[in-house]
Amino acid sequence: MIELSPEDQRRADGRDGALLQFMQRLVNQAALAFGADRLIDVSFAHIDACHFNGQAHRDFARWLVNEGARFDRVPTWTNTLPVSLLNNHSRAKADPDFVARACEVGEIYAQLGCEPVYTCAPYQLPNGPQRGDHIVGSESNAVAFYNAVVGAKTLKYGDFLDVACALTGRAPFAGLHTEQGRAGSLIFDVSKALQHRPIDETFYHLLGALLGRRAGSQVPVVLGMEGVRPSPDNLKALCAAGAATGGLAHFHIVGVTQDAATLEQAINPNQQPAEVIDLGEEDFAETFAALSPIRSGPISMVALGTPHFSPAEFAQLADQLRDRQIAPNTEVLVSTSRFVGEIAREAGHLEVLARAGVEVLFDTCTYFSPAVTAASGTVMTNSAKWAFYAPGMLPVSVAFGSLEDCVESAVRGEVTCRT
Amino acid sequence: MPHLSPITPHLILCPGEAQGQVLALSEPVSFWGGFDPNTGAILENGHPQQGLRLKGKFVLMERGKGSSGTPAGVTESIRIGSGPAGMILLEPDANIATGALVARQLYGLSCPVLVLTAAHFAAASRATTLIFREDRLFVGEEG
Repeated sequence: MIELSPEDQRRADGRDGALLQFMQRLVNQAALAFGADRLIDVSFAHIDACHFNGQAHRDFARWLVNEGARFDRVPTWTNTLPVSLLNNHSRAKADPDFVARACEVGEIYAQLGCEPVYTCAPYQLPNGPQRGDHIVGSESNAVAFYNAVVGAKTLKYGDFLDVACALTGRAPFAGLHTEQGRAGSLIFDVSKALQHRPIDETFYHLLGALLGRRAGSQVPVVLGMEGVRPSPDNLKALCAAGAATGGLAHFHIVGVTQDAATLEQAINPNQQPAEVIDLGEEDFAETFAALSPIRSGPISMVALGTPHFSPAEFAQLADQLRDRQIAPNTEVLVSTSRFVGEIAREAGHLEVLARAGVEVLFDTCTYFSPAVTAASGTVMTNSAKWAFYAPGMLPVSVAFGSLEDCVESAVRGEVTCRT
Repeated sequence: MPHLSPITPHLILCPGEAQGQVLALSEPVSFWGGFDPNTGAILENGHPQQGLRLKGKFVLMERGKGSSGTPAGVTESIRIGSGPAGMILLEPDANIATGALVARQLYGLSCPVLVLTAAHFAAASRATTLIFREDRLFVGEEG
């Protein structure tokens, strides 16, 4: 039995209208499914229901309009869309009906009061949630980032349930919202691998992919990186890789992430995991080989910005491409948010990139955007998440490498790996 | 010992009525990416039942799987009529429940989502057909 607040009960009884009655019902049934016995207030939501993928998404959004929904309960930000609302020119290859419907759905959520940030990396924007806040996350990489790096608390909420939690301001008190659910339950030690490999950009992607594959629905704890200072982009990469290859929604790196100053802090002392699993060089090498089946030959495209490119990544890319040219017959596409794009524009990076032949795509991502479904051949990426998903969604083979490798490959028009 | 007397579900995550042939999945299917809502076919590479269609079936699946897009995949398949008639789970899943509840709200279409105890789940998976009516599950015929 779920304990409802008087306000929950009001909505459940339909005294606040049919819309909130249904939304409360969705939250209550989710609480039943998650095994929660009560609901909690949330202070922020990042929703994925804006991401059109079929008629149901549009019917749901139009129903919200007809019922007079307003996202004024908690700040509610939007995830990426399958198309860009800004890059009209890049839609040439897309089915016009699909584009129109996807745009309609994306725009509806803005009209209903959501912050139209359209990004899968909302944690790059200011004024987001803080450590300890209970929030509603949906996009898988952002759920892991908010939980582990920011220290906010969220389950992974599916489409429509994210909207229901945002409109009611309530969520089931279960799993990653609870102290017990956030405790590390599986310990990995990377010390052995670090005898053979540096902690570089690629390391974080591979570690994420390994944790995703090995941890199942548990909360992994990583030992052997005490004192390392990963950048937000490193942690973004780890979160994205782990959430794509498995269900990584939270993790601890002892001495690095929030709530993991020590191993004792990262785990539940009453349920100490029985063993420590060593991750060796062979685990990293195997993961790399699986993500990067292609190691040479011509490329048709370089895909960057999965999850969305950050200001620091734009600075690095512009620095490496200054006064250089992308090879003919090679496209370089960078996905980012409007907000970060504006920072990159003001810093002069977008101009440098445009001169080099780089195209920047806002609001969306390259592996599902119809703008790039014409891609074929070999695509190079610096994202393990892209390398994992794209071969199933686009007719492409993938080479995976560092951002620097991607730049060199783009300039030469063929896979070039130095790092 | 066949369970011919009606089963009371452990949880009803989405109410409704349904009748269908039993399709017991040997592994979970992701309704986002691993499944084609237009045809109801299992797409997932390497799934032992890849290519089978869920349309009109009483689908038994131990647990949910997949991303935030899962509820929309469930709703879309129910809307199109390619989806399951009903779903039976061993572990509760909020995504599948949400997808079925939204289909009920938007389209008035019924796809009950039930959670059974392990013993009842095993009994239901051995059945040929299942009927869910007035919150009780009837085993139409034992396989």
